[in-house]
Order: sequence, then C-alpha cells, then structure tokens
Amino acid sequence: MEGTTGANSTNRNLTTPGCAVLLDINDGDRLAFAHLSPHASVKVGNAKCLLDPLVGIPFGSVFEVQSGPNGHVLVRLQHPITESKEKESIESEEAVESMCRDNRALIDNNTAQTLSAEDIEQMRREGATGKAIIEALVANSASFEAKSAFSQEKYKRRKQKKYAPHVLVRRPSARSVCEAYFAKDPNKIGFLRMDTLALLLSLANVGANAEVLVLDMLGGLLTAAVAERLGGHGSVCSTFHTAKAQTVDMVRLFNFDTSTASRVFRVSLSELTGARYATQKAQEAKEAIDASDGLQEPPCNGETLLTAPRAEENISEPKQGRIEGNKAKLSAPVEDMTRWASQGFSSLIVGAPYLDPWTVAQCMLPLLASSAPFVIYHPYSQPLAECMHHLQAEHMAVALQLSEPWLREYQVLPSRTHPNMQMSSTGGYVLSGITITNM
Amino acid sequence: MLAVEASLRAEGERQIKEGDVVIVYERHDRMKAVIVARNGELQNRFGVFPHNEWIGKPFGCRVVGKKGGGFVFLLAPTPELWTLVLPHRTQILYVADISFVISFLELRPGSVMLESGTGSGSLTHSLARAVAPSGHVHTFDFHEQRALAAKQEFERNGIGHLVTVTMRDIQGQGFPEEFVGGQADAVFLDLPQPWLAIPSVASSLRCDGGICSFSPCIEQVQRTCEALTIPEFTDIRTFEVLVRTYEVRQEFLQTTLQCSTQFASDCLLKPPPQKRQRPQKGRTVTKKAERETRPVIAKPYPDTKGHTGYLTFARRST
Repeated sequence: MEGTTGANSTNRNLTTPGCAVLLDINDGDRLAFAHLSPHASVKVGNAKCLLDPLVGIPFGSVFEVQSGPNGHVLVRLQHPITESKEKESIESEEAVESMCRDNRALIDNNTAQTLSAEDIEQMRREGATGKAIIEALVANSASFEAKSAFSQEKYKRRKQKKYAPHVLVRRPSARSVCEAYFAKDPNKIGFLRMDTLALLLSLANVGANAEVLVLDMLGGLLTAAVAERLGGHGSVCSTFHTAKAQTVDMVRLFNFDTSTASRVFRVSLSELTGARYATQKAQEAKEAIDASDGLQEPPCNGETLLTAPRAEENISEPKQGRIEGNKAKLSAPVEDMTRWASQGFSSLIVGAPYLDPWTVAQCMLPLLASSAPFVIYHPYSQPLAECMHHLQAEHMAVALQLSEPWLREYQVLPSRTHPNMQMSSTGGYVLSGITITNM
Repeated sequence: MLAVEASLRAEGERQIKEGDVVIVYERHDRMKAVIVARNGELQNRFGVFPHNEWIGKPFGCRVVGKKGGGFVFLLAPTPELWTLVLPHRTQILYVADISFVISFLELRPGSVMLESGTGSGSLTHSLARAVAPSGHVHTFDFHEQRALAAKQEFERNGIGHLVTVTMRDIQGQGFPEEFVGGQADAVFLDLPQPWLAIPSVASSLRCDGGICSFSPCIEQVQRTCEALTIPEFTDIRTFEVLVRTYEVRQEFLQTTLQCSTQFASDCLLKPPPQKRQRPQKGRTVTKKAERETRPVIAKPYPDTKGHTGYLTFARRST
C-alpha cells in the first residue's frame, strides 16, 4: 500500500478552517454550500446555527440541531445510525402482526395528538432534546399504536426532521456538487445531471496526464470535475469565447490542493486557435507541403477573433484570493501553450447551452490531437443532431454517437421496493466522437 | 492506453509503433483491437492491411486496404473503446454503468480500489485510469483462467503497474487481511451473492469511503441492502442507469398537401415572402425544394438495452 495515499486521504477527509462543505439537511430535503469561515452560519428551519463545530471533523459526520438556552447549536452525533437498528427490530419482533395493520379505523379529524404546539415550545425552552420531544409526541398520540410498523417509522422520521433536524457534512465533489445544483438550481448547470456528467468525463477519456480542453459555460462545474480527475497531473484548459471570461466559480467549492489548482488554466479561444493555426502553418511550410491541402483556417467568426488577445484584465471576480489555490489562472505558461499548439489537446468537453454545437465543433475540433475523443453536452437534442450530421458529412470524426442518459433511483426496503415516485425525465444529451486525420 | 506525462512524452508519442494496441475502426458498431507486429497483416472485407504500413503513422489516420480498396481508421485505445472490443469471458459492464460507478465512488488519482470479480476486465480499465498514476486497483476473481487472461490484457494495455489481479473467492473468504482497518478508498462488487462480502467490505473500507454493488436481479439488491443496514454503512442508494442512443439523418418531408384552395388561402399560414414571388412564374416550374424540406432528424434506435443491473451504493459511516 502506498504510504502517501493513506496519509493523503486521511488529510483530505478532515474539514479545515475556510474549506467548502456541502450541508445535507434532513436526508437531502435541503442542500446548502458553505465555507467554514469564522462566524459562518446556516439556517435550518427557523434555527440559525453557527458552523464553528464543523471545523476539523471528518467529512461524512452527522450533526443534530439542538436547542439550548443560548439558541440553537449543532452537536455531532457519534452513532448516527440508530434508526437502522430500529429497522432491524421491525423485521424480527411481531413484525407480521404490525405489518398487517391498516388505516381503516383512522379518523382524520386532527384530534389524535393531545400535545399542543405550546406544550412543545415549552419543552424546547426547557432544553428538551429532540428525542425527548418525539417520545412525548408518540406517547400522546392516540393513533400511533394503531399504525402499521412502516407507518410508525415514517411518523417518527417526520417528527425527527422537524424537532431534531440532522445536518450531514458532505465533501464537495463533482458528483455531489452536480447533484446538489441539479436539485436546487439546475439552470445554473444547464440541466446537466450527475450521470450525464459522469458520462462526459468517461467519454472524454479524462484521467491523469490528460490535456483536456473545456468550454465550460456551466458555472465551472466541468472545469472542476476535470481538475478533480486529473489531481494535478496533466492540465485542464478552460477556454472562453467572449471578451470577458465567463465565471468558473464552482471550482472554489472543491477544496483543491495547490498542485491540482495549479493545473487549471484559462485561455481565450482566439488565443488558442491563433497559436494552433500559426504552429500548423509553420509546420506545413517546414515540411514543404502544398498549403492548399493543409488545415483551413478555423472558421471562427470575426467577432470571436476580435476578442481581447490576453485576458489578464479579466480578473474581475470579486472574491478573488479567498482560498488560495482555488482560483483558475488566467493565461497559461508558454511551454504549455506551445505544446497545446503543436501537439493538440488530448480531449475536449463542451458544455455551452447557448452556443450552436456545430459552430463550436468547427472552431474547437482543430485544436485537438488526432484520435482525440470529444464530447459536446447540450440540454436539447436537435442542435446536437445537426452537429452530428455535419461532422458525418464533412468526415471530421468517427465513432459519432448521440446519446441520452437515463437514471432512475429506487426505494429498497423490506417488502416495499419500488422505483422512486418522482424522477428526472431529462439529464441532457451528449454527442461524442473521435477526431481523425485526413491524410 | 493511459496518457503519459508531458515532460516524458516522446517525440512521436501519438505515432503508431510496433507492439502498440490499435483499435481498427470500420464502423461505429464494427471495431477490433489489433497488436501491431512487424510483417503482421490484417484481413477484413475492406482488403488486406500490412502492419508495416501503419508504423510511423499518427493515431487517427485512415489506411486503405490492398485488393479490397476500402479503408479503416486506426484509433488510439481508450478504456471506452476497449469495452467495445474486448474478448468477452463474462457478462461485462458498459459505459453508462462504468462512468456512473467511477463518479459516484469519487475515485481520483491516488485512490486504492478493491474490485471483485475481475470478469473480463471492462470496468478495471476505467478504474485504473481513474486512480492513475499513484493509486492502485486490487482486483479479485475466483476463476483462475479468467484472472490470468485479465492479467495478460492489463499488461498488454499498459495498465499492469496499476492493477494487481489475485485469484480469490471474495464471497467465501472476504478481502485479504492487508486491507483490514480501512485501507481501501472504495470497493466494487459484482458477485452473485454480494451480501456475503459486506462484513469484509465494512472492515476494509476507510471512513466516508464508498462501496458499490452491481446486481442484475432485484432480489440480490434486496438482500444486499439488508446486509448494508448496519451502523458501519449509511447513505444506501440504489440506481438504474441506461443510455439511449439516437439515429441521426436527413429526411425528406413533403410540404405540399392537396386541399381546398379556399381553405389554403384562408387558413394556412402564408409562406415567407421570397417564396411567394415564385408561383407567379407558373405552378409547373415549382422547384423540388419548395415541395419538401430536408430537416436533420433524430430518433432512438429501435432496439436497446433495457436492463443491465442495479447499482447499490453506500458510504462507510464516519
């Protein structure tokens, strides 16, 4: 076993001051990103809790909101899974009898619970734990005993969520960030679902030492996801086609170490295409090949070519330098630029919901090496279909495939297994292919 | 198969040389892995292809066959292409499941991964790419011949240094002692009775590390989830992942329709102005282009995989 690996993963598993965390409140009911800076807080229901207790704990830890005389505090649970034991007991003890109960005798007139809201508030003021409140609710419920075991479990879980909310501290990763945004604010990531993101990364052959070109107009999710897979080996060049580089702020959620963050670059598309074109022209001249059957000028429109040559002035992000090493560098070292221009990138990922894929492909495929895989994501299928048709007609690539991922989650419980009642009906479309040389 | 660090990259890194594995591409559904040998030869319906002509050419090039006159492309191997061409010794995982597993288990360079069984090594190639250059994949199969064949393929495809293949019955014996105490960052199980291996997974997995179990049958999932319902595991989630692929082409769609002229002038939307001028020349000269459109259209391929397996994930509690 590599010593470095073990040590590495232990360090990575602890939260540090200032690091980003994904707070999963009540089993995914709410997801929130936070930086563990001093005095940062999170609102759970009506309770405002300081995040200070979250520093220096392992990722994956569970906290409970407890109310005390000084307001609400987050207290770490040492053995979070007590309910799983309860589940087991359902299986064994008089399970059959309680499972057969049904709600035929239930009269839904809101009188089953004798504990009033004031009583509960009183208990809370006196510092009763969430568990004690739930026990009191159960004891004062006329209908609880008549419920089936499943229903009792559901009742308790619902009350726990209300009176003793749980906060799970998740490590932000491409998968968890994508899932959280897809649930919260899918528009920000162009409706890219986590399985689609996974497919993009695989089909683009992203792995250590790859040199990945990314057109990321999904807030930085693609850039960060690639950087995470590279782990500081290879490079991700997150390009932009506008005068002002679009933001890749999500990179900051990933707690990248210096070596990983140092391999994230931002270079304008006009600069990349210009350098590639010049290098190829020079090469052609050297090889004394007739220029006519060489590569044509990348068919970028004038607007793109006229954008600012260097992008240093674009450092306009307001919160820059908040976490060192988590910022993508604007511009890349000369040796990287030279290598990209002469050898081409080893793969390409495009996520630009408001650009025409065929225009993008014409401009960006020449930046790739030969036999390089590329993937273009789009929330709509039609623009990708047209792009695929053009690529086929122009013989620009092989192994072209337009695909649509599909993902269904299941509830798996004893005697109650079925697909979830709600599912996402689209996670977007992916056009993939491999570049070829025409010689 | 894996990328080489930029500073160590040789001059002709992307050029085909003797001993390389190349993917010979005929069509999207017809590919073959070939090891380039001096004086070797490939024959297919497109003709005869002497390997000697391939050496020194860049990956991604097109080569024309002798006699047949057809051509093929020579592609650089990737784990995804390998999945499409590998010799099947068992049922294999495909890209939708593979990509989801790697993403959900949050593998990254340096991770230590346990896999059982090795099977045909389809997933293993992608696992190796994900943990490279400093991580390691320990893969186990109880079938000796399969384990050996897989080992040879890993060597040949250049991932041998990242993968250790061991013959071992994980269901019966659990993972080896050396991993006890949370030495693994992630575990993948593709076993007929995965629930038998769960106690061993619990002791081998580090805190917050992920486990994934792949099972084709829901009864297996049911028992695995029951076995995972112990304090050592949390976040138990089961998914099904598929990919639907689309056929894309251009289709002629007629735009002329016989109907009452009265109706047409009153109810149909007027054509754009430039087209309106043309009928003045007379109806007989109406160009073909006016009578039909040629949109690019896409529809799913009629036959597809409806089921591969269920993916059950869990996380080691902290």
